[in-house]
Amino acid sequence: MPRLKGKDTSSITSADSVKAEVFSSVSTKEMEVVAKRLRRHIITMTGKAGSGHPGGSLSAVEIVTSLYYGLLRHKPSDPQWSDRDRFILSKGHAAPLLYATLAECGYFPVEELLTLRQLDSRLQGHTDRTVTPGVEMSAGALGQGLSFAVGTALAGRLNSQKYRVYVLLGDGECDEGQIWEGAMATAHFKVDNLTAIVDNNGQQIDGWNRDVMNLSPFNKKWQAFGWHVIEVDGHDFTQLIDAFNQAKLIKGQPTIIIAHTTKGKGVSFMENNLDFHGKAPNAEEVEIALKELE
Amino acid sequence: MRETYGKTLVELGKENPDIVVLDADLSRSTMTKFFAGEFPGRFFDCGIAEQNMVSIAAGLAASGKTPFASTFAVFVPGRCFDQIRMSIAQPGLNVKLVTTHGGISVGEDGTSHHSIEDLSLICSLPGFTVIVTADAIETAQAVRVAATSYGPFYIRLCRPKVPLVHNENYRFNLGKAVAMRQGKDATIIAIGLMVSVALEAAGNLKRDGIDCRVLNMSTIKPIDEAAIIKAAAETGAIVTAEEHLEHGGLGSIIAQVLARHSPVPMEFVAIKDTYAKSGKPAELLQRYGLTAKDIEQAVHAAVKRK
Repeated sequence: MPRLKGKDTSSITSADSVKAEVFSSVSTKEMEVVAKRLRRHIITMTGKAGSGHPGGSLSAVEIVTSLYYGLLRHKPSDPQWSDRDRFILSKGHAAPLLYATLAECGYFPVEELLTLRQLDSRLQGHTDRTVTPGVEMSAGALGQGLSFAVGTALAGRLNSQKYRVYVLLGDGECDEGQIWEGAMATAHFKVDNLTAIVDNNGQQIDGWNRDVMNLSPFNKKWQAFGWHVIEVDGHDFTQLIDAFNQAKLIKGQPTIIIAHTTKGKGVSFMENNLDFHGKAPNAEEVEIALKELE
Repeated sequence: MRETYGKTLVELGKENPDIVVLDADLSRSTMTKFFAGEFPGRFFDCGIAEQNMVSIAAGLAASGKTPFASTFAVFVPGRCFDQIRMSIAQPGLNVKLVTTHGGISVGEDGTSHHSIEDLSLICSLPGFTVIVTADAIETAQAVRVAATSYGPFYIRLCRPKVPLVHNENYRFNLGKAVAMRQGKDATIIAIGLMVSVALEAAGNLKRDGIDCRVLNMSTIKPIDEAAIIKAAAETGAIVTAEEHLEHGGLGSIIAQVLARHSPVPMEFVAIKDTYAKSGKPAELLQRYGLTAKDIEQAVHAAVKRK
């Protein structure tokens, strides 16, 4: 486990941030508890909103939990802290997961999650960096996050800042040509203060990736583009955290973690069920799902 | 004006360490090569990948840099509209897109390299400031203003050398039309290399007894509504001149202002719903209706309708 306890003042850069504390990491056992809460939020939020993307939110719960509760140096009370580690959600349709995580960390009240997708809510259907505290990028148009993350990482390098950039991609998102433009550029510019993660749940809207647009050999593609590749079980906190820590040690090239996941993970009738890519559970389904997640 | 752009970037780079420059394998044409030579660590050649370049620029801006990203006007915004929309315009990030080879005066490279839709596309994006410079003097100043004004900017330059229409005392004023010549019978509102063509036309019209005002509308968004309304009130006829499709460019924007505030007879000197072919720049400007003679005819037609 990384030691990221609070009151670390070594990289404080502004008077304002003196007040704010770096978020403390927790044990993997506690992460399990957080993950269950996040899953419940995702179900409740999308159920209340009547629309949204539960499937691809549920699949990435452990990835995002391990980052916010184990890896990232961030300050919920100072979202703009310039030395914060950046988490960029490229698969912007997993917004419910990011919102639930940010709320649990204290960026905004948990009650606000129920305003998802409503008029005037800060929680837009897809992420919007202009309204939600803690959201780094306006996403939803797939394929742009890796390039955006490269720019963010280059800025840190130019400014001699020590922050790391984490960018979460969808596997289906890797159909986009821009992902491979970004992949080339990350390796070309030797960006090693960036870790990419693929939520490799195997499915996209029209079906299994292998049927819609085959990505394999996925691992070899990234290697051929100059990346250090680590494959993990994307629902196993220990494997995820080990991979993130290993990625920090790789110098001169970027690292990608291909996290093998299950779409809809944690809710029996949503697992590997394409219907719940972009459809919210109805009231009855919410009830069953929440019972499963007790 | 391209060379001026490149040299201005170097000056700005010396003054402000947060200025970084990106290009998409055209640095020897856009003249960002000067900056690359002076500040190699702050220059990022993204290869032939405009979408990637634009989103990298957005990421740099989101963490405090002031990126200038350059390539040909046909590729930015045309090749990466969604990236500009979601990575730059929606979040209002501080990215400066400066493109060269605008219009059809690109010449022999032909349709694939002629940029005749870029102003329509970029002006459609909320929050963008859009500038088309008329000569090298204005280019240097507009680039400086963009560097020191927060927010998304698009500046369009052209490929050929164009005559100076401003003198050394000129001061670019963002969002303000520049009166190049006073007149009372009609107003020609032009951008880019069409400003010097408009001045030539106004000189010829004077001999025909028509006294034309000429405005250089270098900032086309946000547009100087007051100058347009004043010109309509004082001269009673408006002709626009631009190296762009008639649809969606300067003429469309000015027609909206006139329709809302003070409708007067108006004519459009622009490319008429077609693609241009290969040819020398002067031949193309003639073939597609962008000469002084075309402006003169348009002024006669507008004045006749007063």
